[in-house]
Amino acid sequence: MMMHDRLEEMALIEEQSRTQFTQQVRVCVAAGCLSSQSDVVKETLEKEVARNGLERACQVKGVGCMGLCAEGPLVSVTTNGEAKSRQVMYRHVTPADAPELAEALVAKKTVKRLQMPEKMPFFDRQVKIVLENSGEIDPERIEEYIAAEGYQGLLTAVTEMTPTEVIDEIVRSGLRGRGGGGYPTGLKWITVAKMDGPVKYVICNADEGDPGAFMDRSVLESDPHRVLEGMAIAGYAVGATEGYIYVRGEYPLAVERLKLAIRQANRLGVLGSKVCGTTFDFNVQIRLGAGAFVCGEETALIASVEGKRGAPRPRPPYPAEYGLWGKPTLINNVETFANVPAILRKGGAWYAAIGTEKSKGTKVFALAGSIQNTGLIEVPMGMTLREIIFDIGGGVPDGQCKAVQTGGPSGGCIPAEFFDTAVDYESLRELGSIMGSGGMIIMDESASMVDVARYFMEFCMTESCGKCVPCRVGTVHMYNLLDRIYKGQGRPRDLAMLEELCEVVRETSLCGLGQTAPNPVLSTLRYFRHEYTDLLAPEAGNGAAPAAKSPAAERPLEAKS
Amino acid sequence: MKRSSQSRIKTLKIDGIDVAAREHETILKLAQENGIFIPTLCHIEGLSEYGGCRLCLIEVKGSSKLLPACMTYAEEGMEVTTNSKRLRQYRYTVLDMLFSERNHVCSVCVSNGHCELQYLAARTGMTHVEVPYLNPNVPVDASHPYFIMDHNRCILCQRCVRVCDEIEWASTKGVMGRGVDSRIIHDLNDAWGDSLTCTSCGKCVNVCPTGALVQKGKSAGEMEKRRDWLPYLRLMHEE
Repeated sequence: MMMHDRLEEMALIEEQSRTQFTQQVRVCVAAGCLSSQSDVVKETLEKEVARNGLERACQVKGVGCMGLCAEGPLVSVTTNGEAKSRQVMYRHVTPADAPELAEALVAKKTVKRLQMPEKMPFFDRQVKIVLENSGEIDPERIEEYIAAEGYQGLLTAVTEMTPTEVIDEIVRSGLRGRGGGGYPTGLKWITVAKMDGPVKYVICNADEGDPGAFMDRSVLESDPHRVLEGMAIAGYAVGATEGYIYVRGEYPLAVERLKLAIRQANRLGVLGSKVCGTTFDFNVQIRLGAGAFVCGEETALIASVEGKRGAPRPRPPYPAEYGLWGKPTLINNVETFANVPAILRKGGAWYAAIGTEKSKGTKVFALAGSIQNTGLIEVPMGMTLREIIFDIGGGVPDGQCKAVQTGGPSGGCIPAEFFDTAVDYESLRELGSIMGSGGMIIMDESASMVDVARYFMEFCMTESCGKCVPCRVGTVHMYNLLDRIYKGQGRPRDLAMLEELCEVVRETSLCGLGQTAPNPVLSTLRYFRHEYTDLLAPEAGNGAAPAAKSPAAERPLEAKS
Repeated sequence: MKRSSQSRIKTLKIDGIDVAAREHETILKLAQENGIFIPTLCHIEGLSEYGGCRLCLIEVKGSSKLLPACMTYAEEGMEVTTNSKRLRQYRYTVLDMLFSERNHVCSVCVSNGHCELQYLAARTGMTHVEVPYLNPNVPVDASHPYFIMDHNRCILCQRCVRVCDEIEWASTKGVMGRGVDSRIIHDLNDAWGDSLTCTSCGKCVNVCPTGALVQKGKSAGEMEKRRDWLPYLRLMHEE
């Protein structure tokens, strides 16, 4: 096999060039650390290393996200021949620290001032599949991805397996959609594979938009080839030759790295025409979103790729049957595709051994809000919220944890008394929230749940596309009611109307955005109803404050009166 | 029209009545054929379906979600409910929301008495609007020599956008903004009178269910609209 030899040779050369150095210095250059000048840190470190005459002994390279974004910019140092667990990690590294770090490298010592503790549950408790290369390899070099067994899964799939066998492997793995819905990935692939027709499409949904979530961005910035490989495997399995990645326009770095990755993969022949020397063609193109959250909904995303206004349409027919330009289309999320290469390489049974009975594998979460270790983590399904928030996340800095919000604007708030729940798709749904794409916002005692609900409702209101009436108008009314209640001007009948509107909007909206928009309200009402009732003013007529808002007050002033 | 003897007939139940449907027939059409009333606003015979007004939602046995009758196709053995207490309540609230969204003042509207929104409100027994009015400040575009676009009456059903695109093939009308700020626009948000693509055919005015698109020179209650031509034009296009 030509491609097999080629990949092996590339991996060997890469390994040789790596072992020429005795030490590896990795600087995180993903968006989080870049925003605190990690690119300057990297440059100065390179200069300092050269100034100390270490350029042949010590390799400085930019890598993807290491996860602990709160402590960035992060730098890790490993010595060849030593175990990965012996690596030294530095936090809050500034360009001014570079000379000291370089001197420490010469003396083979560590800089205690910047060093992180050796044993950190944040790193020890994680199981990395999707993020296995993040923070390890240079995302801008395909050679490093290949040295980390990259494109092996694709090579095995296209040269040794039939499409049906590939799908069987995915079914065996029990992988479920990581975009939030949790639909079995294998089943989706089977449906698209069974559709007739020579033209089919694969779309990667990278229109990540939940407030506080940045899993997809990190994967694309840290390991773009992984997603491309997953898409190509999917294309082979379902019989598609064209792939689109729909990335939100707010992720310029991810787009840049993806473009570079596609160019590199095409040149190497693992993408494009005649993938790995077989008769299978697979071309990937990038489409940019323009800032609409609703375009993460699959039918709206397809409309947007087609160049139309990003508005959803009723399903059925589902995209698997009638998708992009009316052709059968497979749409999966970034994280779903990123799981695929590992499954093909290590087998579905290996993947299915991780996680719970119904939710297999791992899940990437973005920890945000009142938490010590803000950042990106990957944990096996079935880990409890308590372990995630307190062991890995380090808990709330000075304060009590009140609740955690999962699933973004479609999710809900889970109060602290349920923190011993094992996280999987079903358990979170039972608690009135959802897994979602993986955003976790931790709230301390100072958070007002009415305000939280109001915030998410405002988000849904401004992101509603305006196609269907309940979502377009209902979210405005719900926001206005929440705003009134939060400001202490609400009355019991306002709360009653809010609940009624929640039901109507949930049941009658066209797409997931509207159907799930009431979730933050419903879940906070379920667990924190007293926070709403405490804010209510008595009904008018009981000597209460005057009516808060009359329609006339909002009318524009007339010129003549 | 060709009637294939092989076309499969589906039998199903709508509100307990046994009905027979052709293949690819929507529940809405089937209901209308059988004299069952389902309220609609964005649907109009002769244009593509939109599924945005959510008034034609129906319950289908075995489906946890409500489905729009205009875009749900008849299937063998289906059991459909078009008029339950729950559906009536939802429809009432959706109409409520429509009335509260813009400034619908029937008494001075040129479409008074010929308005589909008004008709549905009367038919559902609406006596007042429960949710607070939003009272937005929206403009009126009277720059066109023959027609007026009054955004105060617009319900964003997009019939005008579809007829302009699908029948007249001019695509003058479009939508800008999102959510409650969505507006029907002409070309690239130009004044209607300045539009270089508008053919002044008036089809948009005639398909508009409310008084949002009207002829100039009409007084309150005088604006009657004609739509009988639409299915024929659609047929001509198809042939």
